[in-house]
Parts: sequence; structure tokens; C-alpha cells
Amino acid sequence: MPIHEKSLIRPENLAIHEDLTIEGVDVSGHWSTFIKSRAVTDYNEAMEQEIAALPGGEYIHRCWQCGSCTNSCTVNAVNPDFNPRYWIYLIRLGMEEELLRDKDIVWQCVSCNKCTYACPRDVNPEGVMKATAHWLELKGHTDQKPSMAFDEIFSAQVFATGKIEEGRIIRQFFARTGQSLFQDWLLALARGLAKRLPVGLLARLGFAALFRPRTSGWGRAQAAMAEYLGEQQAARRSALGIEEGAKR
Amino acid sequence: MSGKHRKVAYYPGCALEETGHAYNRSTKELGKALGLELVELENWNCCGAMEVKNLDPKLQTYLSARNLAIAGKMGFDTVMAPCNGCYHNLKKAEYDLGHDAGSREVVERLSQKAGHETYEAGGVSTIHALDWIKEAIGEDGLKNRVENSLKGLKIANYYGCMYTRPRHIFPEKDKGPGSESTSKPHFMDDLLAAAGADCVEFPLRTACCGGAHTLSDSDISTKLVLNLLTTAEACGAEVIATECPTCHTGLEMHQVRAEKVFGRKTRVKILYFTQLLGMALGLSARRVGVQENLSDASDLLRQKGLG
Ligand code: SF4
Ligand code: SF4
Repeated sequence: MPIHEKSLIRPENLAIHEDLTIEGVDVSGHWSTFIKSRAVTDYNEAMEQEIAALPGGEYIHRCWQCGSCTNSCTVNAVNPDFNPRYWIYLIRLGMEEELLRDKDIVWQCVSCNKCTYACPRDVNPEGVMKATAHWLELKGHTDQKPSMAFDEIFSAQVFATGKIEEGRIIRQFFARTGQSLFQDWLLALARGLAKRLPVGLLARLGFAALFRPRTSGWGRAQAAMAEYLGEQQAARRSALGIEEGAKR
Repeated sequence: MSGKHRKVAYYPGCALEETGHAYNRSTKELGKALGLELVELENWNCCGAMEVKNLDPKLQTYLSARNLAIAGKMGFDTVMAPCNGCYHNLKKAEYDLGHDAGSREVVERLSQKAGHETYEAGGVSTIHALDWIKEAIGEDGLKNRVENSLKGLKIANYYGCMYTRPRHIFPEKDKGPGSESTSKPHFMDDLLAAAGADCVEFPLRTACCGGAHTLSDSDISTKLVLNLLTTAEACGAEVIATECPTCHTGLEMHQVRAEKVFGRKTRVKILYFTQLLGMALGLSARRVGVQENLSDASDLLRQKGLG
């Protein structure tokens, strides 16, 4: 049988016979690609439960591996290594080492929900991608990825004031991720804007910090949300067996 | 005209106060021109966009529940949100609070602690700006009011992700003739065609622009946007019409980035559907905020005798 998704097999596990005849039939080249047999013993049996304990991962057990998620996936079309179906397979089996090979791309899910739309089993693969990315970070397998830094900066501002101010978020994000605000394309944008925009709106866009949107009387909502989030985060750390007080 | 939605609660959301200001302006102007009244939600809060849910989805549900509770308190049963992100989050909160006891519990607890009414599922329903015009005025109503037809302007209508996915949070869609479709949405096509546009067949109408990672993963976003722009051009479009500030700004930003970083120049212009409808009703380009767009469409509009 030809091997589907050959890219998923590590090159060292592929055996290709350039010159092979079986029962008088020449099966060289493409037809003689085999996967070397191997024995996997180091399963992480807790992995599925841990990811299921994080928000979005709840329904991972429903997956029947149809592949509709990967087939419809926006990021997969750009990068074939981004493969939700395969990662769910690895997680459910507990093949942590294989999953870790892709640890630096899981966060790239753009939350387009094409997978969730296509999934016949209501797995919510988009949520599983987020849960997996969080799991990798909480377990210390990856540093904080740019999208998570962005989520935190954005959310912190919503929690603090009830509203967001885009210019401020952009400045903080660029600072936290060590990027310059003076990139060619950003400058081109700013120049284009400056030509046409009224000064007041430019100011609002954060080129000057004059405008601070906020929801009034937000303090009590802020306190209630902070308390709730604290509880949730503690519960997640304990589900993952991470000691209290340990930072990521 | 059905008499529906003559007066609705209006939730602009954060983006419409800043980068999406032109959408805010053109939505209000369009409402005025059509005799539809918008009453802004008092002291609203951010819906959490695509970010807060990644810290905790139920906190995001609470943020929308608070806004829905405000609409209810102001005496409205309908809130209109022009931003796909806001619209999606309000719809999702409606759905989750109607179906999930855990979400209800958290929202009740947080609302009590924050000291405001708790939104009860079913009390207020959310519509998009497209539903608003489609249901309040409709194609025939628009045709009668067109003063300055879009004269066959070739438009690719771009709906993005959050307007149709995931489908379970949009129970009113996919209900046969007259309803919106989640696989091939058409409300924007219908309205702009009624205003005289020639809407091209655009296969990427619900493809993703990478908006969630516009800044955190710029190269992927630029690739996705470039794909949208070149496909729209290949379909013969002169303009991409948008109905979301995040998509709109993403398309504009990455059109520039594609040229500066990848050396790929595209000419298609990006305009909000509210700007296009406003101009068809005879409003000037300035009134509908065309000068606030990054994508400078003024030459094209002049050439077409619009604005
Ligand atoms: S679409 Fe759903 S059931 Fe199919 S492989 Fe993906 S997650 Fe599993
Ligand atoms: S939500 Fe993420 S995993 Fe799902 S299709 Fe979109 S990019 Fe792929």
C-alpha cells in the first residue's frame, strides 16, 4: 500500500529499496518504500487527560481521525507540517516525543474555525489547538509564543479598563517581543495615514497617548474576573501536576 | 420595507473607535440616510475579541453577557454589531448561555459580584450590520433609494471567518430561501447588487485573513491576505467589500506589507460595504470616511463618478 502523508514518517524510519523483486515482480522505487517497524514504549498516558483539562480541549476524546480538520485547515495550506488530525492522534495515544517535534508551530493556529465547522464529531479542534499550545507552555516545553504574549497584553488591558486601545497594545506587544516599531512597512502605513487622516484620529490610534478609553465603574467587574481567573489557573496547574507558585 | 429594526441598540466595539473608525462613521451615516435609528449601548465594554477566550472562554462569555444585559436594561430586544468579532462573541454568549449550565453559573456569579443585572438567555438577540440593512430595508427598499448607482463596479464580497463559523452559534442561518448561508454567505452580495454593483464570483468569501495573528505571525497573515487579494483580482474585482474592521484593516495592512516585504503589488481597493452603500445613496466619499481608509480608493471612485 502506498504510504499516505509520507511527510509524517521520519526519514530514518523509511526503508527504500532501489532494486527489489518479489515473486518475479519488480517493486523498485516508489513501490518499495516501507516503514521500518519499531516498538514505542514511552507513552505519556496522562497527556490526553491533561489537555482535556484545559479550556478548549474538553472534547478531544470524541475524535475518530477522519482528517476533515487538517483537510480544511487554513494554516495547513500554508505549512503542511501544521496537522491538527495528526496531533490529536499523538495526544490520544500519549506519543509525547513525536508531538514535541512540532511544539514550535502549534501556536500558529489562526482560530479561523474551519476545522470546527468541518468536524463531524464536535471535537472543537480549534479549542484543542489552543489547549495544546497552552499545555506545551505550562509544561515548560516552549517559551511563551508571540500569540500568547499578545493574548496576555490584550486581556490585561480589557481586565484593567473594560476597553482596549489598539495603539497601546501594539506598542506593548512590539516591546515585549523585541520588535522595532520602525519597520519599513509600518512606516509606510503611518506615512500613508498621516497624509489623509485628521489629527484627532491619528492621536486616537496611539501615535500620541491622549485618548484612554475605559468603561466606567469597571472596578467591581475587574475584581470579580481576577478572582475567577486566579481560581481557574490554579485548577489548571493542579490538573497538570504543576506545583503552586511555580511560574510556567 | 418591513418595519423591522427601525430602532436598535448599537454596539460599535473597540475597533470602531480606532482603526475601524471609517466603518463606525459610515454605519451611522447609512442608518441616518435610511431613517434607521441607532442607540449606542451605555457604558459598554470590550467583547474580548479573539484574545480573552485564550485565557478563559467563560470570561469572554461574561464580557458579552454584560453588554447584552445593558441592551436589555435599556429596553431593547435587539443589538446590532457591525464588527464580526463582536457579533460572533455576542452570538456565542447567547448560545452558550442557552445551552451550558456551567457558563450560566459563571456569568451569574460574575454579574452579581460586579453589581449588575444578569443577562438571561433569549432576552436580547444580536444581529450583524448586514442583517440590519437586509431586514430593515431589503433589496427593493434599497433599489428605490439609490441616487448614484454603483454602475457595475466590480466587487468581491469578503465575509471572513467569524460571520459564519462555527455554524452552531448562528441558529437563524441555513434556514433556506431568504436566510443567510454559512457555506456561501450572500447578504452583502445581495445588498451591493441592489445598489448597482456587479458582484463577482469570489470563492474565498469565507477564507481566513489571519486576523488573529496579524502582528504575532505577520508572514502567515501576509500570505493569507495576498492570496485573497490576488484571487479577487483574478476574479475581475476592482474592489473588495468588507464587513469587519479586523478583516478590513488586515487586508489594508498586509496589502502594504506584501508590497514592502515580499515585493508583491496588488491594486484592488478595499472598502466597507457601508461606505459603498452610503455612496450609492448619494452620500459623499468624505461623509462615509473614505479618506480614513488606508487603502486609497479616491482615484477609482472619482473615475466611477462616485463620492
Ligand atoms: S475533523 Fe474532528 S473527528 Fe475528524 S480528525 Fe479532526 S478532530 Fe477528529
Ligand atoms: S482554527 Fe486553527 S486548526 Fe482549525 S482550521 Fe483554523 S488554523 Fe487550522
